[in-house]
Amino acid sequence: MGNLRSVEKALEKVGAEVIVTRDQDQVRRADALVLPGVGAFGDAMHNLAKRGLVDVIREETLGGKPFLGICLGLDLIFEESDEHGLNQGLGLLPGRVELLSTELKIPHIGWNDVSRRKQSRLLADVPDGSFFYFVHSYAVVPARDSDILCTTDYGCSFVSAVEHENIAAFQFHPEKSSSLGLSILKNFVQ
Amino acid sequence: MLSKRIIPCLDVRNGRVVKGVRFVNIRDAGDPVEMASAYDREGADELIFLDITASHERRETVVELAGRCAEELFIPFTIGGGMRDEADFRKVLKAGADKIAINTAALDNPDVINRCARRFGSQCVVVAIDAKLVSEEGEEKRWEAFVHGGRTPTGRDAVKWAVEAAERGAGEFMLTSMDTDGTRDGYDIDLTKAITDAVEIPVIASGGAGNLDHLVEVVRDADADAVLAASIFHYGTYSIHEAKEYMAAAGIHMRL
Repeated sequence: MGNLRSVEKALEKVGAEVIVTRDQDQVRRADALVLPGVGAFGDAMHNLAKRGLVDVIREETLGGKPFLGICLGLDLIFEESDEHGLNQGLGLLPGRVELLSTELKIPHIGWNDVSRRKQSRLLADVPDGSFFYFVHSYAVVPARDSDILCTTDYGCSFVSAVEHENIAAFQFHPEKSSSLGLSILKNFVQ
Repeated sequence: MLSKRIIPCLDVRNGRVVKGVRFVNIRDAGDPVEMASAYDREGADELIFLDITASHERRETVVELAGRCAEELFIPFTIGGGMRDEADFRKVLKAGADKIAINTAALDNPDVINRCARRFGSQCVVVAIDAKLVSEEGEEKRWEAFVHGGRTPTGRDAVKWAVEAAERGAGEFMLTSMDTDGTRDGYDIDLTKAITDAVEIPVIASGGAGNLDHLVEVVRDADADAVLAASIFHYGTYSIHEAKEYMAAAGIHMRL
């Protein structure tokens, strides 16, 4: 809920012109797409489908438009999720979403360190092992190892960021992760 | 691995910070948003704003504060002060706050914890507990929960209240010892340990920080997940960064 406003303000801070929309044409006209979100996977997909946005997002993103997913917006780009029963996702990347398999408390909330698995323009200003702010219970399991950008330990190792061509997505919240988080958004906007 | 957190706390009245904060390069030392941004730059992990406006207009000032913070602050922040129900939560969360602290409302009507946790998620429900030692010397220690800014005893045992609030869906506790608050003699280790032993959710220790060893002690000896401090940072005794370096050197996992 507040997440949307925080993402909007953070993107504006790094120089983006932001349109918060549920309109198909605006999604098509935009230079880049950002899908934030906290909440449940099934509800989010249901709402996207209700607005006719599932196909639009798929077409635009698979057509090469820069795409940034945050938190639930990371989960949604995969094919399916176990959250509250099996739900289909946007299927932009192969793989699925599962409950964190950890002995530690769920949800995983707080600042945790992030290890990089490959190079990325978005992380150009981020030293390996930097801390970012997390609030989540589920994690993505990409089918292709090459899509994994970062991993994080929380009683288990999980994928905390993915990147494939024009698609990047983070389990943590760049908009709540101080200057390093803003640097990721800035690199995305540029 | 999750880091431990340092959380400066700002008391705000009518949109202005009550205790002056000594920052260099700050235009307006009474503006909560400017101070909060300065703390963000220094490395604060989160911020807590307590609105102590003493009037029925407090709800509006809280919403306005949340909205202004959301524009300039890019770390998580909590707002507390007179929040009563789901409608208050909705307004303040929508304005951009990440979490809301409740104390009196939760003890008056504990079901508000369940309702807000169900509707908005446990992660945004911070239950503030103001506790005071009530056992006699020689007895096993017991603490009572107080409301209305520490003015009103509730007759409730603080540890039992924490257990109940956690079961109802609280996401975190902000635990203030009324006995150590303002003393600068250190956090209340026994109280904090009693609560962290009794519940699984994170506990923010508050009240009594006077030096950096106090921060280390309450994390190491009482398992606090976060330390809240006001005066040692506001008056420039230590910077946040200095405090984090010190805690890291003591073997505590910190975001530096």
